Amino acid sequence: MMAPRSTFAAAAAVLVARDLRLAQRRAGDSLLPLGFFLVVTTLFPLALDPELSLLRDIAPAALWVGALLSSLLALDLLFRDDGQDGALEQLALCGQPFAGLLLAKTTVHWLLTGLPLVLVAPLAASALGAPYGAMPGILAAVLLGTVALSLIGAVGAGLTLSLRGNGSLLALLVLPLSVPVLIFGARATALAIQGEPLAAPLYLLAAMAVLAATLAPWALAAAVRIGLE
Amino acid sequence: MAWVWFHRFGSPPHFYRLARRLTPWFGWPALILCLYGVIAGLGFAPPDYQQGDGFRIIYIHAPAAWLSLMVYVVMATSAAVGLIWRMNVAHAVAASCAPIGASFTALALATGMLWGRPMWGTYWEWDPRLTSELLLLFLYLGYMGLRNAIEDLSRADRASAVLAIVGVVNVPIIHYSVIWWNSLHQAPTVMKFGRPSMPAAMLLPLLAMLLGFSLYFVALLLTRARGEVLRRERSARWISEALAQE
Amino acid sequence: MNDIAAENLHLWRGDVHVLRGLSFNLTGGECLQVTGVNGSGKTTLLRALCGLMPLEQGRICWRGADITADPSAYHADLAYLGHDNGLKGDLTALENLRFGIGLRRRVTAAACDAALAQVGLSQQHGLRLRQLSAGQRRRVALARLPLMDAALWILDEPSSNLDASGQTVMVDLLVRHLDSGGAAVIATHQATGVPVARLRALTLQ
Repeated sequence: MMAPRSTFAAAAAVLVARDLRLAQRRAGDSLLPLGFFLVVTTLFPLALDPELSLLRDIAPAALWVGALLSSLLALDLLFRDDGQDGALEQLALCGQPFAGLLLAKTTVHWLLTGLPLVLVAPLAASALGAPYGAMPGILAAVLLGTVALSLIGAVGAGLTLSLRGNGSLLALLVLPLSVPVLIFGARATALAIQGEPLAAPLYLLAAMAVLAATLAPWALAAAVRIGLE
Repeated sequence: MAWVWFHRFGSPPHFYRLARRLTPWFGWPALILCLYGVIAGLGFAPPDYQQGDGFRIIYIHAPAAWLSLMVYVVMATSAAVGLIWRMNVAHAVAASCAPIGASFTALALATGMLWGRPMWGTYWEWDPRLTSELLLLFLYLGYMGLRNAIEDLSRADRASAVLAIVGVVNVPIIHYSVIWWNSLHQAPTVMKFGRPSMPAAMLLPLLAMLLGFSLYFVALLLTRARGEVLRRERSARWISEALAQE
Repeated sequence: MNDIAAENLHLWRGDVHVLRGLSFNLTGGECLQVTGVNGSGKTTLLRALCGLMPLEQGRICWRGADITADPSAYHADLAYLGHDNGLKGDLTALENLRFGIGLRRRVTAAACDAALAQVGLSQQHGLRLRQLSAGQRRRVALARLPLMDAALWILDEPSSNLDASGQTVMVDLLVRHLDSGGAAVIATHQATGVPVARLRALTLQ
């Protein structure tokens, strides 16, 4: 009768499969942040002169502010559902490393909300005047940046888990911490557009993503446990 | 042996009495040092060869900026102590630090802007250090906002402790990112002044102000933390005894 | 072997002293029924027993060891059912069970089917949870319990939303669990159906 206990890898796989299955059943939810990103980047040319040479100058800013705000919006999808129906509690009580499970959840969240941004960013960039040669650099920068933003945002979402309210506290917590990603991401994008080597800011973005991946699990587990009390 | 001291310090009645006794030892020297710093710095220090008299605001701006950072570190450290050793007094200290740190940050920003006006012509120039101070202010506001939003005090303590620890790791990253960001545009940082090294008449008042501000912070922290401890333990018996002694 | 002991538990929620020096002992095969008026702290006690809420004072020992010493091992032996079912509305009953148990143990679809049959939901295993009634959802949550293979069950109002047959199902599961040597802590106003010899009572003020 005693079935063997799952390893952490098996448990994480089950969790990832569950989250993906849920996302598939509620397909609209994951696409909303993407839609928001596209709307925001469209606003910039509308607010300015649709002159491509001018747009090219602000393209890095528009892309990254859009990405930042979109990832902020997407954070609602991370813990709200599970927090409300008691599933998060069951995760905390299943005997597997909680930090690891939360990291798995954040990874799926990035796959569903960050990765679409990565794929769409080159399109948005070219609509803002970026040359085709800039695309690989922009892809790399947005990839690393969204990973870091997802992790930082997840910590904020964990801290505000049980709070009602309109999400402006979450924004106040997450946006200042996201500033370094914004700075280096926009810089990398600008260099890509100008056709110059962008290894330096990319390495820094990668370092930030790695630092976030190292620190976030601890902070996430601590924050969510506090929120579950 | 140090552990005994550590845990006694963490006991609320003990902390309350100790803080009361220590406060004047920090308060009076702070007052004297700041008086000296203000008078010597604003009145008697020689004018900077480049900036004339305008540089004098540094006697308030630099200590305020330095304190704004130091207070965040103290806040994060005591929050971490409270989280790890589950010490209520440490959480009370962290909670008391936040408004003080935010005020120093606001003061640094205000004096920085006042300094910028004669130097740059505008009140705000996205100078890296001022921008960094602005972001630090947001971090303080976020901390206080989170504390405020969580109703249960124990949960608010621990959640904001996690935030403070995450924040303190980010503060150097944010600071250097902003400096790097600004360096791209080769805007001269006017906050430096007067090469070569400062003469003693300029430096001494500055150091006095720095030390004075720091001592003032400790005195203010002890006072606020006492009030915070009192508020948290209001139903405890030791309070009526302690108040009877005052 | 499967004993849980609570010693002098003190817990505050905000300014309210909810648990005031609570102690109890429970061995395998016994069931502790926790009663009390609304707001007396039943849910708080159960969550503290799970380790979800930190205690200001006192400790909880499972099989002789403090639960804070090795929380993962304790949780592996624990099955908790709270007010919320912890189930996802967009998944089917079967998927919910597979995912819920899969976090802890390897489980086959056949075993999940059998568990659903045990709670009387064999017809509904392919329906999304959203489409089931509250009572049926509660039954799915109950179906999870025997599959978890946990020595200790902590159940908060398990009969809520259940009709008479549902309650029979619950009693059945519980008695079977106790018979196999498991221990249970239940917060409920209803009769547990457990024989008096194995029932301990705890009333919170």
